[in-house]
Amino acid sequence: MYIYDEIDQTMVDQRVNQFRDQVRRRIAGELSEDEFKPLRLMNGVYLQLHAYMLRVAIPYGTLSAEQLRKLAWIARKYDRGYGHFTTRQNLQYNWPKLEELPDLLAELASVQMHALQTSGNCIRNVTADQFAGVAADEVIDPRIHAEIIRQWSTLHPEFTFLPRKFKIAVTGAETDRAAVKVHDIGLIAKRDVAGELGFEVIVGGGLGRTPMVGPTIRDFLPERHLLSYLEAVLRVYNQLGRRDNMYKARVKILVHETGAEKFTEMVEREWEQIRDTAVDLPAGERERIAAFFNPPLYDKAEDAAETLTRQVAGDADFAHWVETNVAPHKADGYAIANISLKPIGGVPGDASAEQMDAVAALAERFSFSEIRVTHEQNLVLPHVRQDELYAVWQTLKSYDLHTPNLGLVSDMIACPGMDYCALANARSIPLAQEISERFADLDRQYDIGELKLKISGCINACGHHHVGHIGILGVDRKGEEYYQITLGGSGAEDASLGDIVGPAFPYDKVVNAIETLVDAYLGVRADNERFLDTYRRLGADPFKEALYGVN
Amino acid sequence: MTQQVISANRLGDGIVVYLAADSSWSERISGSVIAMDETAADALLREAKQAEQDRVVIDPYLIDVAEVDGVVRPIKYREFIRATGPSVRPDLSKQSYVPDTGA
Repeated sequence: MYIYDEIDQTMVDQRVNQFRDQVRRRIAGELSEDEFKPLRLMNGVYLQLHAYMLRVAIPYGTLSAEQLRKLAWIARKYDRGYGHFTTRQNLQYNWPKLEELPDLLAELASVQMHALQTSGNCIRNVTADQFAGVAADEVIDPRIHAEIIRQWSTLHPEFTFLPRKFKIAVTGAETDRAAVKVHDIGLIAKRDVAGELGFEVIVGGGLGRTPMVGPTIRDFLPERHLLSYLEAVLRVYNQLGRRDNMYKARVKILVHETGAEKFTEMVEREWEQIRDTAVDLPAGERERIAAFFNPPLYDKAEDAAETLTRQVAGDADFAHWVETNVAPHKADGYAIANISLKPIGGVPGDASAEQMDAVAALAERFSFSEIRVTHEQNLVLPHVRQDELYAVWQTLKSYDLHTPNLGLVSDMIACPGMDYCALANARSIPLAQEISERFADLDRQYDIGELKLKISGCINACGHHHVGHIGILGVDRKGEEYYQITLGGSGAEDASLGDIVGPAFPYDKVVNAIETLVDAYLGVRADNERFLDTYRRLGADPFKEALYGVN
Repeated sequence: MTQQVISANRLGDGIVVYLAADSSWSERISGSVIAMDETAADALLREAKQAEQDRVVIDPYLIDVAEVDGVVRPIKYREFIRATGPSVRPDLSKQSYVPDTGA
């Protein structure tokens, strides 16, 4: 893991002191709310429905056990005993007090964490594949470049007041677990024929009001030019992105309206002028940062696989969990353990302080003190010996963290919705709870297979509904909660946007509608065909017919 | 006219509050003063804006309510959730949540 140097630590500490003074001035009346609001937002402090909300950055979703334990401690001391992991690999506290926020931020700073750039029109917290460094299909650990981008973009003076927020995601693997095609910039690490490392650069994807799958503007950018190229993209956007209309201000609109080809030309022209300037990292600095992400010293876990096989044979519940939640690891004898934060009937992404502590303890004992947060609102222990999975699972079980539903219908993304969010038009969480209860039978879920269901409580699409195999969007219809259903979206390497299937449903009809869709799929699917593939093969007709009785 | 009360968030902790008859701010909507007509609503809003100036609350505004069997209830569902707490965490509702003081 990356460890702060003195510059990082000083910057974060100074920022806490600065915010402490800003809060003091606000409470003393030296700053009005209008003056204070942009300052608090620059420190991740929102005002939501019930209280302030603090969004804590978890750069590229990597946490140490010490950090997670601190997050749990903060949840107890400054909040109401829990936190909410978000689709941007961040953590949100729902009840912090303004008066206590400077102390809270100082606690975060003590474990090299902060809430910078989790709000505002800047480059937001960089996200990455949660299996970074351990995925078998990986070209390079994407966190090296995510960290380089983090350092470059943090408090970058030129990019602090962009036309709108800006989100960058990085993956080093063929399987896209970071939704790179629906980010402002998505980077896919690859090697060219000569074996040189570089990136495919995707610009102008995004969800929200105007969803877009981003076009690739460069098939291969040599790695050493990464920062100067990103700077060129950001410069073009900063100059030409629309500031007159916030709904048209994201880079996706600029790319779309300019045309990908012309936009690319502008970026390349800008880049030609700056590519030899000093912004790109010297090799030594790149190596220094990369060294933080060297793999841990794995054991020669020679008999681990055999022990696991025996344990799986002896415990059917454990076997289900291994089959569903455990992924292959690069190193022999190791595995990646996914921890579902979607218990049946639970709140997607919520974790209690006790659960956070339990996961931190497991990470310390079994995963080189490392935890990952996924954009699908789950946690990961990235390096677990196969013969220790059983012990991990038993502990998870006692904290209700063992639900074997990864990638299944009950492993939903859901935004906080109208239960917490000031922007929402409808609730998301109770719907997610009811759907997971309807499909509680795990055998049924296994039979249905991979099904990505994503729920947003408003058009801003924090719940990624556009890229759900089934997407649900809450809308307000004359004061009533209604839900529009989309089908056929994907946020993975086969990215696509879902199509609206037909008229929206009132709250109490949605769960039945989802079940109808799933039953329709089961009736027409080919062997081993995912919901998404059936939809792509047959189109919307069988689903429309099942839902509305007409074609 | 629809009955209205004033809601806001308290500056210091952000908690949802309602303007009460004695000019204090109550965490419970049941403690709010109800404006029965436009003149009363305007007067309440003026008072609330002063409280905003005095840094007691942020963004005060009028919400529509109905009194049913003596119970004040916001008409819009969003305001109902603000008045009661997240629908998915009854343990954190305004009626039942007791802060852990560490005692």
